Amino acid sequence: MSLAEVGHHPRGHLASHFETLGQQHESAILGMWTFLATEVMFFGGLFLGFVVYRFTDPQGFALASRQLDITLGTVNTFVLLTSSLSMALAVRAGQTGDRKGQVRFLLLTMAMAITFLGIKSFEYYEEFEKHLFPGAHFSTAHLNLPEGAPEILGQQAQLYFVFYFFMTGLHAFHMIIGIVIMGVLAVQAQRGKFTPEHFTPLELTGLYWHFVDLVWVFLFPLLYLIDLHK
Amino acid sequence: MSDHTTSHVLPKSTYYAVYAALMVLLVATVGFAFVDLGALNFLVTMIIAVAKALMIALIFMHVRYSERLVWVFAGASFLWLGIMIVFTLNDYFTRGWLNIPGK
Repeated sequence: MSLAEVGHHPRGHLASHFETLGQQHESAILGMWTFLATEVMFFGGLFLGFVVYRFTDPQGFALASRQLDITLGTVNTFVLLTSSLSMALAVRAGQTGDRKGQVRFLLLTMAMAITFLGIKSFEYYEEFEKHLFPGAHFSTAHLNLPEGAPEILGQQAQLYFVFYFFMTGLHAFHMIIGIVIMGVLAVQAQRGKFTPEHFTPLELTGLYWHFVDLVWVFLFPLLYLIDLHK
Repeated sequence: MSDHTTSHVLPKSTYYAVYAALMVLLVATVGFAFVDLGALNFLVTMIIAVAKALMIALIFMHVRYSERLVWVFAGASFLWLGIMIVFTLNDYFTRGWLNIPGK
């Protein structure tokens, strides 16, 4: 911490209800994991719903799944995993007090996050064009339904796209929040707010970002990959 | 809680190694998707996803180097998720096995 800050606040970054910075840091991490546990439950319900219907309505789900662009999905997974590495290095720069590294890696992570969202938007655009968005304009024209397929097959496919758009949309929403937080942190890092004694905001944002990555690690195979054969 | 912070700094090479492993698994999972393994496709894909998730949680999220209490909190969320998924699928998959009215 800078001398000016110490002058403002005799205990520096240490809040009055903590004994040491270490204790404060551990508490913050535990709190973040509590939040992430609620996120696991939140996404978990959606994953469970998806898996149940994927097994009760396998045909419609498989036909719908094959409409996704595997190449773009793979590129996006690559981009997101790389952004996680960059975030890990930003947190490490926080630990070592490397201010330039913090700013550089935060900006790099943000750039990759924006790339991910750009590619995802393009995928959404293609799916809208094919009338795959559930609702009044949903059409089975692109689904390659077998000759004389029952109407229920189209409805199952539509249900797949309800899950697809909701889950990827919720994931994208988390990413947008992450980008905003990283932007704020990059400014703070530039001003030298983070030191090896106090980099908790970086560490917590890292946890959040890796969690977003974790969700995608399951979303990608379940939505894009498992039904290429049936 | 102990006094130490998690400012146990990992060498950059650890992060690069995890990243390389994640890339190998990404290629593997996409590759396996194009091979018809029947019902095994789902299993293989999920095993790879869990392996990736473990690496991200243990190394990138520093769980491996964190307090035991963090292990408990992180583990608890996935334990409850596991219970929810296993019990629900257990119900859905076994309906109709027995010819009980009103099942």
